[in-house]
Amino acid sequence: MLRILNKIRRTGLITEDLPREPVLEQVGEQLRAGVARQFQGSLAIRQVDAGSCNACELEIHALNNGYYDIERYGVHFVASPRHADVLLVTGPVSVHMETALLRTYEATPAPKLVIAAGDCAACGGEFGCSYASRGAVSNVIPVDAVIPGCPPTPLALMQGILQALEQT
Amino acid sequence: MNHFDWLSELLARYQDEHILVRRGSATQLAPAHLLEIDPEDWGRAAQVAAGYACRWAGVWAEQRDEEFVITAAVVREGDHLLLRTQVPVSAPLLTSHTPYFPGADRMERHVQDMYGLVFSDHPDARRWSRHNRWAPDSYPLRKAFALDSMPLPAAPEQDYNFIQTQGAGAYEIPVGPVHAGIIEPGHFRFQAVGETVLNLEERLGYVHKGIEKIAEGRDAPGLARLAGRVSGDSTVHHAWAACMAMERAARIMVPPRALALRAVLAERERIANHLGDIGAICNDVAFAFMWQQFARLRELWLRDNAACCGHRLLMDCIVPGGVAHDPDAAQLSHLRAAIDPLRRELATLYPILDDHPSLEDRLATTGVLSAEQARRLGCLGYVGKASGLDYDLRRDHPYAPYDRLHVHSPTFTAGDVEARMQVRMQEILDSLELLVTLLDTLPDGPVSAPWQAPAAGGEGIGLVEGWRGEIISYVRFGADGRIARYFPRDPSWLNWPALELLIHGNIVPDFPVCNKSVNGSYSGHDL
Ligand code: SF4
Repeated sequence: MLRILNKIRRTGLITEDLPREPVLEQVGEQLRAGVARQFQGSLAIRQVDAGSCNACELEIHALNNGYYDIERYGVHFVASPRHADVLLVTGPVSVHMETALLRTYEATPAPKLVIAAGDCAACGGEFGCSYASRGAVSNVIPVDAVIPGCPPTPLALMQGILQALEQT
Repeated sequence: MNHFDWLSELLARYQDEHILVRRGSATQLAPAHLLEIDPEDWGRAAQVAAGYACRWAGVWAEQRDEEFVITAAVVREGDHLLLRTQVPVSAPLLTSHTPYFPGADRMERHVQDMYGLVFSDHPDARRWSRHNRWAPDSYPLRKAFALDSMPLPAAPEQDYNFIQTQGAGAYEIPVGPVHAGIIEPGHFRFQAVGETVLNLEERLGYVHKGIEKIAEGRDAPGLARLAGRVSGDSTVHHAWAACMAMERAARIMVPPRALALRAVLAERERIANHLGDIGAICNDVAFAFMWQQFARLRELWLRDNAACCGHRLLMDCIVPGGVAHDPDAAQLSHLRAAIDPLRRELATLYPILDDHPSLEDRLATTGVLSAEQARRLGCLGYVGKASGLDYDLRRDHPYAPYDRLHVHSPTFTAGDVEARMQVRMQEILDSLELLVTLLDTLPDGPVSAPWQAPAAGGEGIGLVEGWRGEIISYVRFGADGRIARYFPRDPSWLNWPALELLIHGNIVPDFPVCNKSVNGSYSGHDL
């Protein structure tokens, strides 16, 4: 136990004032303000991998590490679409995931936002449309905002979520 | 010991069994050895190989005009033997390898769904990669199938018969394809009594996005980009395997500096994923402290990737002929300087992982895969190593630059979640050691050779030890330097079935940690 406490003490607080550039610092504050205004300070995101290569998921995961700690802005990931305000969808929509994505969308209470994260979700990316892929998420469900990148960095994800809030 | 020392004995056994080898070649798909046999002998050739302590590593088909060419890989002592046969498209029938090698089950069903090639004595007649969105009598990898064929309307998969349990207190838990966390989709069907899992059945294929089909017609750089997205967490290793296959087909020599830089990228990828996995395993047993510590170390590691290699996850760093970017002296010394701080951090964290009683309580004896089960399935990477299988291509059949390095491969015998974590812990230290040598002895010179596509028909095989285990990539070129066939065999094919076995008798709440300890790639498997 002592070792753990020691390590915690020595690691200290790593969460960064996000991000260092003044423009983005503003973004962080705006995200908090946007979440406060539109979602009572708590924005629940349900992430749906609709066919991704899994790298987009790795970067979404990183939002929860101590450096980004997206929860401090009131943004948190939930286990059920029924608890969600936002669907964060990655990947080209594989034909085999189409039904599951539609059902997840239907299970999310309105008003809801859909954010397509990553080039695949935005436009089909490296996989495009084929017998096995429907391409962009907007080919299957209405999309409110896209976050480009392959994969988008954690920072780009945070900015993209903010932009989605601002658009609505 | 020389490579393929054992082959003459296998050939003698084939002769005893009247299995006729039509043609053998040690060069056509080097470093693998190719044997062409008759379709009638296909199943028996596997049976004899199984009796001669070979492991089974993959099967893929290809349509060449009116023939299907089928190739299967069996491995002994790190040497890959490729068995090949042909059947006419008009009579697509072959015997199965699954009765002798259970790991062949799903890959054969994948071939069946994609080509309509029937494995007559396959023990499981159900489809695998097809989910009712293309007709049962249309086959996406046949040449006549158009890439942009319209999918059938969505219909629930009611005709896929999962194993059922009956009896007092037995119940079923269907999970997925959309899971509760930030993870890939797949379906798990549990049969349980109380908290205990009686049976688990996996249903994968949800992220099938036609990778093999869209590879056709690409040029070499395009295939490298696609390979880097077969399984995003293994982008370096899949791109390396695909480029290696293309370079062998084209007989291109990759410069020594590029090879060393590829290994730097590869070992960095291994470390990043193992750091993430150790944290995630701890998180699945609610040890949040460790999760945050390892997530922190991983983040720092990824930032160094971005600063020195140009991409946090190292995508598109490996290109046909070499690497895309030659780091400058400052970037190289930054990478070198990052090694000791990570070692020091691990030196304070590993002792806690080693003897924290509540962690031990959850991880030890959880999700045990016996050595015999692992061997029969042909499990790879940390899943095999944790159950006593001592395979590592970097050591057993080293490819440059590992041929000049000393690769240590940890093995454990417990076969439980803890052992799978311990393999990762040790492999991080070993990879750091390799990085020291690679960076301290980095050759000078160019970082790529000009790409020159081979003539139509040129084929090659890529074999690398990814962070999940061995990856096999097969590439064959058509006209104009365009890809005619690409098949990436991710290790997940052979590790996913292990999860069904190791979960037996465990409690349902331990499933997440068991699953994480195996960490199969859905995307790499579903293709
Ligand atoms: S955008 Fe890139 S990282 Fe994301 S799923 Fe597509 S290929 Fe993978």
